[in-house]
Amino acid sequence: MPNKKTKEVMVLEDLLGSNKKIADQIRKKLTDKGILTINLLSSPGAGKTTLLESLSEILVPEYKMAVIEGDIETERDADRIRAKGIPAWQITTGGACHLEAKMIGKLFPKIPADLDFLFIENVGNLVCPASFDLGENIRCVLLSIPEGDDKPKKYPKAFITSQCLIISKTDLAPVLPFNIKKAKKEALEINPNLKLLTISAQSGAGIKELAEYFMESLQKIRRTNA
Amino acid sequence: MHELSLIANLFEIMEEKAAEKNAKKITHVVLQVGKLAGVVPELLITAFDMYKKDTIASEGKLEIKEVPLKILCRDCKTEMVKDDFIFICTKCGSANLKTLAGMELYLEKMELEVD
Repeated sequence: MPNKKTKEVMVLEDLLGSNKKIADQIRKKLTDKGILTINLLSSPGAGKTTLLESLSEILVPEYKMAVIEGDIETERDADRIRAKGIPAWQITTGGACHLEAKMIGKLFPKIPADLDFLFIENVGNLVCPASFDLGENIRCVLLSIPEGDDKPKKYPKAFITSQCLIISKTDLAPVLPFNIKKAKKEALEINPNLKLLTISAQSGAGIKELAEYFMESLQKIRRTNA
Repeated sequence: MHELSLIANLFEIMEEKAAEKNAKKITHVVLQVGKLAGVVPELLITAFDMYKKDTIASEGKLEIKEVPLKILCRDCKTEMVKDDFIFICTKCGSANLKTLAGMELYLEKMELEVD
């Protein structure tokens, strides 16, 4: 009988290393072209698509924007964006709960070089998308008033890895027990560098400030490029 | 449940390393999982056991080493382990902190069977 030998090998390799490598390539290519890429994360129904519709009314036609939509099924979100005259590509994951960098990489040849803003609307899920870098410059997490003010503490990873927190549907704050101050305080406790914004797509409150934040961020990457 | 995607990535790395060493089997796999890695260790094990069938690790066992969240305060230079996710220095109250450990999702080592 042959002798079985066992051997221990040290590896120390990151399971997300291959995703990170593709994400870094995407970020470099898009940033070099002067395109600001924004990854939008939230639970389903927090208002990501509605936010993009509202933003387009301020940003377009002065700026060129495009949207990558991630959903498990249907072209519905991409259709809503296209109805505004904005290029949109739908990624249907067919069950996967998050987007990965390689899915964005596949769409790369379709992305026009003269864009200003590329928005990636992730699959509605506050857990899994937080682990996957898509090559974005800014990660924004949306938290809507009906979800409750305890979410930053319950789903810390999404808030720790984001640069910006957008509290959405603030028009509902008077009728729901959501304490905006508490949500902001708890979000800052887990990530002191978060940019905090509040919006209501219904009343239009805060949309202009959010658009300005993206415009300033765009100028920043372009200054760095120059 | 993004654990299955991560396990698929793990198998890619495992199979590549095992081929380099001409291994016949992978019998034991050790993962480092940070407290802030955003994964559930039990689900990683379930996903591993689903995925391993008909692979070089079909009899392999996954061991998870949990890595605590370790923070350094840049102001008072205190190192601390955090069980909560409050990123404020427990000693001086500063928010000027650096994460030293706790984000890992690493294949640390494997035990291989060779001829």
